[in-house]
Amino acid sequence: MSDTSDSTGDAGAEAEGDASADADASAVDAEEVRHVAELARVRLADDEVETFAAQFGDILDYFEALDEVPETEREEELVNVMRPDEVEAGLTQEEALSNAEQTDDGYFVGPKVS
Amino acid sequence: MAGDHNAFITEATIEGDDEGPLSGTTVAVKDNISTEGIRTTCGSEMLADYVPPYSATVVDRLTDAGATVVGKANMDEFGMGTTTETSAFGPTRNPADPERVPGGSSGGSAAAVAAGEADLALGSDTGGSVRCPAAFCGVVGIKPTYGLVSRYGLVAYANSLEQIGPIAGTVEEAAAALDVIAGPDPHDGTTRDLADVEGADPDASYAAAADGDVDGLTIGVPTELFEGADERVVETVEAAISDLEDRGAETTEISLPSVEHAVQAYYVIAMAEASSNLARFDGVRYGNRADSDGNWNESFAETREEGFGAEVKRRILLGTYALSAGYHDKYYEKAQDARAWVRQDFEEAFADVDVIASPTMPVLPFELGESLDDPLRMYLADANTTPVNLANLPAISVPAGEADGLPVGLQLVGPKFDEETVIRAASAVEEK
Repeated sequence: MSDTSDSTGDAGAEAEGDASADADASAVDAEEVRHVAELARVRLADDEVETFAAQFGDILDYFEALDEVPETEREEELVNVMRPDEVEAGLTQEEALSNAEQTDDGYFVGPKVS
Repeated sequence: MAGDHNAFITEATIEGDDEGPLSGTTVAVKDNISTEGIRTTCGSEMLADYVPPYSATVVDRLTDAGATVVGKANMDEFGMGTTTETSAFGPTRNPADPERVPGGSSGGSAAAVAAGEADLALGSDTGGSVRCPAAFCGVVGIKPTYGLVSRYGLVAYANSLEQIGPIAGTVEEAAAALDVIAGPDPHDGTTRDLADVEGADPDASYAAAADGDVDGLTIGVPTELFEGADERVVETVEAAISDLEDRGAETTEISLPSVEHAVQAYYVIAMAEASSNLARFDGVRYGNRADSDGNWNESFAETREEGFGAEVKRRILLGTYALSAGYHDKYYEKAQDARAWVRQDFEEAFADVDVIASPTMPVLPFELGESLDDPLRMYLADANTTPVNLANLPAISVPAGEADGLPVGLQLVGPKFDEETVIRAASAVEEK
């Protein structure tokens, strides 16, 4: 953070995304917590939203220090692992359905679509 | 009995084969490792009634080797915690001091071994979850090199970081369990055959490596992993290291500047992976489903509200945030840079030293309830363990002694697939 403070134009919002235009880059408000919770499909109680907003502020402040990490060359040694495309034993249909809350004639039953 | 420390979520038996290297041994299995026909809850309300139709590879290997499973060990919900207090089945108590936490997330596993309720245990280590509870409970825990042990049947939290590892009362017993569970598995494409790994010993015997011989061994002592640690922990660990010097090891001070960013990088990566992995819990194929009149999305959101505890929600939400448009480059990309930097730092250090020694945990075991409302404080306790997961390396926590009557763990980290050296060094610590 400190090593970039000599750059010009620090008065304006940097291209960090509109949510962080404020000087306090990692403050999180209840609205943002609700938005992220909706993306993640997790319903939250109102008091949970308040608690998370405060805690996320602290945690994201701490994550800010990642700004000091130099760009590093990443030599990944990744290779694809393949096997011959042959039929192998797997779970039976009964086993695969055994933990579902609701099934019908060999199918999973999900909630209504709309 | 087991109820004293709440080490087990489910007490159930899977008999082992009559003969094998572990015959007559009892083992506690962390409750995020699948056991056919025995519920596997991950410490979560979400999976309170989930009964896997198959067993994890590590469970089959243990029972084939003669070990008998005696129960499913308590844990932080989905492995997310450093104290085993986030379990939906109540906290586990530390057998060394029942007013304190056993560490986490594999707290039930370590407590079962420390209390004599099992000879061995399996834990999983994503950012220290085997080593932390081993240190806090005064037992031995091994986090293997990424790719040494199959993760087939382990309920995923952060795939790129986690390994299953053994916990036992002695280094030799933990190493013998590693001998049984290590090795390639066609069901886990990230496992490696050591015959194909340059410099690795495909015939390694980990138990045989616990010979206490550290004559000529070079031990790197990184200043960054001692700074900020509790003085009582530092004194105990330094005494154990100087005992290794008396046995013929050489120590040299080293620097790993990148590890200052390890906790940040670890949490960003782990939360990002968790937000993706835990998306599968929607109450349709498995897991509890909320009674909901709502549509698909509303039903999912209600199911996940009911099924997940606060720490799991926190990590899913922060992971979702860190991956979302506008923040991906700021958090996730920088965390991957930090991960590569940590890996480089260790590689350079291992050009000069054989193992790296530090406190496993920078603190003594927390009192129950002490860190629950302050997640950041809990995260910071992982400062010394997370760098090892980021670098995919093997490490062990071995009891170094006690401070104020509480166990202190010494962590030894080795080069990739050189489990033998960390086991050898740890066995010498034990002998003092």
